[in-house]
Amino acid sequence: MYSKEHLDYLKKKKKELFLIITFQILLIVLFLAIWEILVKYKVLNSFLSSSPSLVIKTIYTLFKSNNLLKHIFTTLYETLISFSIGTILGLLIATILWWNKKIAKIFDPYLTILNSLPKVSFGPLLIIWIGANQKTIIIIALLIAIFTTIINMYHAFTTTDNYKITLLKSFKATKLQIFTNVVFPSNIKSLINTLKINISLTLIGVIMGELLISKQGLGYLINYGTQIFNLNLVITSIFILGIISYLLYFILEFIEKKITK
Amino acid sequence: MCHNILEVKNLTKKYHNLKQEVTALKDISFSVKNKEFITIVGPSGCGKSTILSILAQIIPSSYGEVLFKKKNPTIGYMLQQDALFDWKTIYENCLIGLKIKNKNKITKQEEDFVLNLLKKYGLYEFKDNYPDSLSGGMRQRVALIRTLAINPDILLLDEPFSALDYQTRLSLSDDVYNIIKNEEKTAIMVTHDIAEAISISNRIIVLSKRPSTIKKIYNIELTNPSTPTNNRKDKNFLKYHDMIWKELDQNV
Ligand SMILES: Nc1ncnc2c1ncn2[C@@H]1O[C@H](COP(=O)(O)OP(=O)(O)O)[C@@H](O)[C@H]1O
Ligand SMILES: [Mg+2]
Repeated sequence: MYSKEHLDYLKKKKKELFLIITFQILLIVLFLAIWEILVKYKVLNSFLSSSPSLVIKTIYTLFKSNNLLKHIFTTLYETLISFSIGTILGLLIATILWWNKKIAKIFDPYLTILNSLPKVSFGPLLIIWIGANQKTIIIIALLIAIFTTIINMYHAFTTTDNYKITLLKSFKATKLQIFTNVVFPSNIKSLINTLKINISLTLIGVIMGELLISKQGLGYLINYGTQIFNLNLVITSIFILGIISYLLYFILEFIEKKITK
Repeated sequence: MCHNILEVKNLTKKYHNLKQEVTALKDISFSVKNKEFITIVGPSGCGKSTILSILAQIIPSSYGEVLFKKKNPTIGYMLQQDALFDWKTIYENCLIGLKIKNKNKITKQEEDFVLNLLKKYGLYEFKDNYPDSLSGGMRQRVALIRTLAINPDILLLDEPFSALDYQTRLSLSDDVYNIIKNEEKTAIMVTHDIAEAISISNRIIVLSKRPSTIKKIYNIELTNPSTPTNNRKDKNFLKYHDMIWKELDQNV
């Protein structure tokens, strides 16, 4: 049984949490309400700023015309493909760099340059080389995300606890055994953190690509909406994008909790 | 305690980097008898850990020989930090050496051997716990059992108590001593704590500062040898402490 002090403490903490959540909900409700009211009383122009009810209406019409899901799936599909390739390829390259210090030293300056270069600038070039298609979008997103994965994971691998590596060496472990038994498992947390950064960078890359290529997806909807001056459509797309990016992040957060429990 | 199981002859180690060459060890020679407990003491940075790393075949020597009586000896290495894997249970941690050596195949017999060690030394009830639930002293005991699990011919201990508080250090040195005697193991331990060295070992090798040579080897003969904590109260304890302390002091 808990003491009275401890029960008081728990009660206080519970109250605090309740307060925080209340304010979080209040904030979003207030924001939406003020937005709606300002548009309703014509303080804001609904044509330029849309409104919560208009967003919902747009979602509904888009959904009925069967277009919305198609665009969401396109963006999701491109993001997941690019994310998977980026993760696997990035991990593989990071492993090779860890494995062979000479290769790491040779590529070090180039990785630094490539990492700091704004990769979107390759977009137009890639469209000419590969074509204005999904492949190009996936590659743009890949370019934007992969260097972070490589650099983060390489750094994590090389800073693995030396005592643990020495211990395995005393058991005459091979390099592969050292990698699979210590270097990889002790960096699972870094991996998940890297994946979180990777997923948001990939999403940025995909939207960039869709804005450039403009055939399908939420990026296309934003571009299209701007061109026909349907800002309602633009704001609705941004709204959906927000939900998607939060969901993707949430999935990784969930996996992290499962693993590090 | 009659025959030598290890002979070290003229061991020399030089480390190189672009700026300079560091001679860590110079002409180190000593031998180790079966079931003996040897301690190496010396100023910090003199090359104590280097000796153990060479004996454990983790780094090569520059010159000299390390001759084990047995062909392909199994060497158990225990480090200053327990280096337990926090994603594995205590039991899994203890099996890691066997897992590496046998390429993942562990026999029932080996499993029983490890479980029996855990039972004998009071860690069985924690075998499914994760390391972060254990105290520092218990973690080092797990580290010792992990080392014993591969049934080593010789144990190398690199300042195994130095990361612990004084009280834990004393009781753990008793535990480690008892376990090593019980399992009839030969051990070489490195420390910079003179009292710890006298209380636990049969012989003490005193190293000079870099480039390290052997200054002197002391045979420790206590009037009534017992556990390390009791040995600290022995009549001869202070005598050795004085001698070795002066020996080390001359170096500074
Ligand atoms: N990998 C290395 N490269 C260069 N110098 C080293 C290396 N390892 C140790 N040394 C140097 O060799 C000397 C002995 O180191 P070490 O054996 O760790 O000493 P101790 O364990 O007695 O404190 C130190 O001066 C240290 O700086
Ligand atoms: Mg050392």
